[in-house]
Amino acid sequence: MTTFGALVRRDLALATLRGGDAALTLVFFVVAVAVFPFGVGPDPDLLARISAGIIWVTALLASMTSLERLYRVDLEDGSLEIMALSAQPLELQVAAKCLAHWVTSGLPVVVLSPLMAMLINLDMAAWWILIVSLAIGTPVLSLVGSIGGALVLGARKSGALIGLIVLPLQVPVLIFGIGAVEAVLRGGPVWPPLLIEAAILIAGTPLALWASAVALRMAIE
Amino acid sequence: MTTSFHRLANPARFQKFARRALPWSWAVAVLGLGSGFVWGLALSPADYQQGDTVRVMYVHVPAAWMAMACYALMALLSASFLVWKHQLAGIAALAAAPVGACFTAIALITGSLWGKPTWGTWWVWDARLTSVLVLFFLYLGYMALAGAFDDRLRGLRAASLLALVGIINLPIIKFSVDWWNTLHQPASILRAGGPSIHASMLWPLAITALGFAAFLVAILLVRIRSELALWRTEALMRRQTRGMT
Repeated sequence: MTTFGALVRRDLALATLRGGDAALTLVFFVVAVAVFPFGVGPDPDLLARISAGIIWVTALLASMTSLERLYRVDLEDGSLEIMALSAQPLELQVAAKCLAHWVTSGLPVVVLSPLMAMLINLDMAAWWILIVSLAIGTPVLSLVGSIGGALVLGARKSGALIGLIVLPLQVPVLIFGIGAVEAVLRGGPVWPPLLIEAAILIAGTPLALWASAVALRMAIE
Repeated sequence: MTTSFHRLANPARFQKFARRALPWSWAVAVLGLGSGFVWGLALSPADYQQGDTVRVMYVHVPAAWMAMACYALMALLSASFLVWKHQLAGIAALAAAPVGACFTAIALITGSLWGKPTWGTWWVWDARLTSVLVLFFLYLGYMALAGAFDDRLRGLRAASLLALVGIINLPIIKFSVDWWNTLHQPASILRAGGPSIHASMLWPLAITALGFAAFLVAILLVRIRSELALWRTEALMRRQTRGMT
C-alpha cells in the first residue's frame, strides 16, 4: 500500500507544481464551458436545456487534456519499468495513477460544476444530481482514459489518436451521467441512470485497470 | 472447433485451406448476391407503405449484419493473438478491420439513403444508427492505433487489446444508446411492425445475406493472404538490411 500512496503523492506533486496539469485542466474546463454561449447564443431557455450536456461533454474533454502525458513521462524517465518490476501488482499502481489523475482533473470539475451550472443557467433543482453524477462518472473518465493513454505509448502521433480511441468508449457513462440530470429536469426517476452509472464504475474499474496494465506491459517489452 | 481453429494458426496450413476455400466462397458469393439482388431488387413485392424504397433493405440489413459479425470475428482473432500468440490470428484481425469498416460504412450510407424517403431526413439519432456509428468509430480507432507505430507488431498488439476492450464495451454502448434513445425520442419515428416480415421479402433477404457472408469470407481470405505476404516481405527486407550492416 505504501507504493500506492507514494505514487499518488508523487503524481499529485507533479501535477500541482508550477507548470503542472491540474490548474490548466481546470482553466480549460471553465473556458470551454464559457465558449458555448458564444456558439449557441445567450438565450437562457436554450442554455438551460442543454447545460447538463455542455458540462458533461466539457468534463469529458477536460479529462482528456492530460491523458497523453499520463504514462508517457513515466515511460520516458524509466519509472514505468521500475513500476512494472516492483513487487506491487501493476494494476494497483495503475489505480494509483488513475486516482491521482482523477484528483487533478475530475475532482476540480466536480467542485466547480455548480458555478458553471449557474453560469449557463441549469435549473437549481438539478445541481445536486449534477454533482453526484459527475462524482460517479468522472472516475470512469479517468479509468477509461487510462486505457487510451497506455495504448498509445510509443505511437508516432498520440494526441488525436487518444481522442479517437477513448471518446467512443466513453459514450455509455456520458449517456447515463447526463440522463440522471435530465431525469430531474423532466421529473422522471433519477435512480435508474445513477445506479447504472455506478454499475459502470464498479464493473469498469477492474477491467480498465487490467487493460491498462496489459497495455503498459506491451509498451515496455 | 477450437482444435481446428488452432490448426489454422499454422501459416502453411492456412494457405492450403485458403486456396481450397476461396473458389467455393467466391462461387457462393456471386450466386447469392446475384440471385438475391435480382429477386430482392426486381422481383420481390414493393412494401405497401414504403413502396420501392423498401428494397434498400436487401443491401442495408445484410451489410449491418456483416459489420457486426466482422467485429466479433476481429475480437475473437485478437484474443487468440494475445492469449496464444498466434501471429496469424492478429494479422487476420488486421485484415478484417477495413472490411468491417467498409460494411459499417455501407450500412450507414444505405441507412441514410433509406431514411430520407421514409423518415424525411438523411440522419436521425435512431438507436440503431447511433450504435452502428459508434461501431464505425471503434473500427477507425482500431485501424488508426494499429498503424500508429513504427514497429508493426507493437501496433498490432495495442490494437488487439483495443479490439477486446471494444467488444466488452459494445453491448454496453448498444444498451445505453437504446436507453438514451427511448428517453429522447418516444417511438415516433421508429418504423412499426418490425418483427413480422413477409416470406416474399424474407427469402430474398436471407439469400442476399448468404451472398454477403460468402463475400465476406472470400474477401477476408484474400486480404489475410496479402497481409501475410506483406509481413513476410518486410521481415525478409529487415533481415537483408541487417545482413548488410
